[in-house]
Amino acid sequence: MWFGMTVILGVSVYYSVKYLQNPLAKYDILAVECANVGILFGILGMISGMVWAQFTWGSFWSGDPKQNAAAVGLLIYFAYSILRGLFQDDSQRNRISAIYNIFAYATFIPLIFVLPRLTDSLHPGNGGNPGFNAYDLDAKLMTIFYPAVIAWFLLGVWIVNVRSRMRMAQQKLEDLDIYL
Amino acid sequence: MIIREKEIMSSFYSEVTTLVRKEFVLEWRQKYAINGILLYVVSTVFVCYLSFNLRIPDGITWNALFWIILLFGALNGVSKSFQQERDGRHFFYYQLVSPEAIIVSKIIYNSLLMLFISFAGLLVFSLVLGNPVQDHFLFSVNLFLGALGFSSTFTMISGIASKSTNSATLMSVLGLPVIIPMLLMLIKVSKNAMDGLQRNVSYDEIITIFAINAIILTVSIILFPYLWRN
Repeated sequence: MWFGMTVILGVSVYYSVKYLQNPLAKYDILAVECANVGILFGILGMISGMVWAQFTWGSFWSGDPKQNAAAVGLLIYFAYSILRGLFQDDSQRNRISAIYNIFAYATFIPLIFVLPRLTDSLHPGNGGNPGFNAYDLDAKLMTIFYPAVIAWFLLGVWIVNVRSRMRMAQQKLEDLDIYL
Repeated sequence: MIIREKEIMSSFYSEVTTLVRKEFVLEWRQKYAINGILLYVVSTVFVCYLSFNLRIPDGITWNALFWIILLFGALNGVSKSFQQERDGRHFFYYQLVSPEAIIVSKIIYNSLLMLFISFAGLLVFSLVLGNPVQDHFLFSVNLFLGALGFSSTFTMISGIASKSTNSATLMSVLGLPVIIPMLLMLIKVSKNAMDGLQRNVSYDEIITIFAINAIILTVSIILFPYLWRN
């Protein structure tokens, strides 16, 4: 889920950049939906990770650097949603949220990938813990792990696709003055 | 072609220096920011000092308190950088100078402001709550990087926040999560400096802080023209 989330958020940044280059409502909708799916994956990852942590490390919240970083990352993206709610004017809202999205991603990446590497973590593969590939089951585990990563990503793409098409259709209807 | 580029560069420098000078003149006339934040930092230090029942807290608490006070000082001080002047004047600047010059000059001014505030804050803080730092050089370098990082991040965030009507809340909501990676690194390095550990222990963190600073600066300079265009 983390991998899927990071990639989806990256796609969101890509559309934000495209929006700034060429302000079309389509790009904004795609960027927002990607960010929403990223938030959804983040929350799911947080909850399932906490359940996993309860069984592996003995408590739901163990103050692990990666867990903390993930929580902060979620806060950054919640702030993004709040920011979007604050503006009355659509084009201003789209532009400013695109700017914040790019800015946030630039700090989100070091937060997730660099900082935890600098401290000991309880996660597998960190701080002297064996990584997943150290187990005997590695081949079997990997055959599940990589397809799962890809599957989460594709699931995200699908959700984004459906939701953004729905929103674009709604917008078109609004433009035609037919209110649902 | 080369001459043309040189002209552009030199006009950029003159724009930046003029704008920085303008910020200082404004500051000198109003004397609001420096005195305001200085007073803010000093009173927060006293609140902490009195809340600890006049006792000096242990190392970790000292460190955390110091950085939190600086963080909120920066948040207050930098947040006014785009709200101090009225909208009409922004349109005026918009016609006169390039947006890059605006953000660069604001960042330079805020960094100088924050440098002054953080070292003055350190002075007051150590006067009242003691100074357990062992490696003063490392601590100062760290403080320097921290001041630069706080000011560049919050300058961009305050630019974003100033576009909305409810900018005070927005400033902390947007700014605090974004500053956390840097804050964590800073707190760690300053703890190392307090304990007087070997300096090569902190190189990784120092480089990371440097890198985050560089990323934030570049991203701000690239993105600000889009924010400025209204």
